[in-house]
Amino acid sequence: MADQKTIEQRVKEIIVKQLNVNEEQVTPAASFLDDLGADSLDTVELIMAFEEEFKEEIKGEIPEADAEKLQTVGQVCDYIKAKAGA
Amino acid sequence: MLTQSAEQRRVVVTGLGAVTAVGHDVASFWQALVAGESGIRRVQRFDPSPFASQMGAEVLDWEADQHMDPKEARRSDRYTHFGYVAASQAVADSGLDLEAEDGDRIGVMIGSGIGGMYTYESQLAVLAERGPRKVSPFTIPSLIGNMCSGMVAIKYGVRGPNFGLVSACATGAHAIGEAMHTIQRGDADVMIAGGSEAAITPFAYATFCAMKAMSERNDEPARASRPFDRQRDGFVMGEGAGILILESLEHARARGARIYCELAGYAASCDAFHITQPDPEGRGLLLAMSRAIGKAGLAPGDIDYINAHGTSTPYNDKFETLAIKKLFGEHASRLAVSSTKSMTGHLLGAAGGIESVIAIKTIETGTIAPTINLDEPDLPDCDLDYVPHTARAKPVRAVLSNNLGFGGQNASLVFKAM
Repeated sequence: MADQKTIEQRVKEIIVKQLNVNEEQVTPAASFLDDLGADSLDTVELIMAFEEEFKEEIKGEIPEADAEKLQTVGQVCDYIKAKAGA
Repeated sequence: MLTQSAEQRRVVVTGLGAVTAVGHDVASFWQALVAGESGIRRVQRFDPSPFASQMGAEVLDWEADQHMDPKEARRSDRYTHFGYVAASQAVADSGLDLEAEDGDRIGVMIGSGIGGMYTYESQLAVLAERGPRKVSPFTIPSLIGNMCSGMVAIKYGVRGPNFGLVSACATGAHAIGEAMHTIQRGDADVMIAGGSEAAITPFAYATFCAMKAMSERNDEPARASRPFDRQRDGFVMGEGAGILILESLEHARARGARIYCELAGYAASCDAFHITQPDPEGRGLLLAMSRAIGKAGLAPGDIDYINAHGTSTPYNDKFETLAIKKLFGEHASRLAVSSTKSMTGHLLGAAGGIESVIAIKTIETGTIAPTINLDEPDLPDCDLDYVPHTARAKPVRAVLSNNLGFGGQNASLVFKAM
């Protein structure tokens, strides 16, 4: 069933759950730290959750150097799509 | 304010909070205890079948995110949830407007005997099953035993003295006593203090069962915690928190606060005898009780009621009784003693917190909560008036509350009517 959802939807659901924010706040441009109330610990946990949810697509773990660049919702979606298409 | 000597600076109680198996707030908690209701059942949260002891006084039908910000709840351990929510109740009960108060003059001292046991256990399992990269970044902030104090301070913006302290099952009483000293020496005007614990977990049960410390009367859970009874066979674990608002008398009076009573005396001592067994002569506890009563400006004969540590272990109840008889002499048989652990179970580091709430409600209501399940006192070792089975109406002016922890640490508190 999860495969029926778009990557955007799945990313959004994780963010809503982990950061306890409203869906409407989770726009592509939204920054985890600046717009969604996350702190540095939240971002570590978010990356772990994305790795878990998208383990098929990204085929492994998100390297530290990549994780540091994923600061907005849109950047995460683009990253996963790029990995999935590769 | 700061020019006053410690002797002049009296400390009063102006707010109460409790989350326990028998009630999720102070009113329902106290009502259940006066009715003699046990909170002990077969453990629900995990399958207790493999364990020698299968009972607990669990806080059921209670979700942290109904009482605190869901994100904060998700980032913290169950022990913090209990303390945080009980602290919120106590602040509300006190009528303090913390936003209008000077936050530099308010501190928090909420202790936990064990800390974030759920977090510790669940993340160790993650490490073993999925490797180090999957361990939550919230593990350390959740499991450390000082985090409840830290989160309560963040909630209210109070920047005064703040830490957690640890003395196993005496933690809550030590926290309240040390908070009293903090006010007495002028470092704060208000302290949010008590104990919180959430250790009803498989690992905790395995470890306490290995010590043969827990009751194995699994076929009748509500009758398993039976302090001072001949058939007692160990303690039953409980979980929850008990929190007080302590305030300097002048601060409480200046804002027209409702004052429950005075926290008049506190003393700490150590058995210096054995890692887990209490001193068979009761010397350490006797020292704590004697000094606490003296600090309160009272004599042993002034104490009307003792809320005993009364764990329902063979040693504790016998040696605690001995210490009481040594200190109080003839008065020992005249005063009332009860162990509310017969109903609440043993909340370890939170015991001193909820039992302080009980001591204060006893003074307020003139009702002594009973020792239930005391069918046959263990004579001649346990021969005091333990208020068996049913609550008793009796005017109470001064209450002594005892707690003893592994490590031989003892704490006694004296609460006195104003």
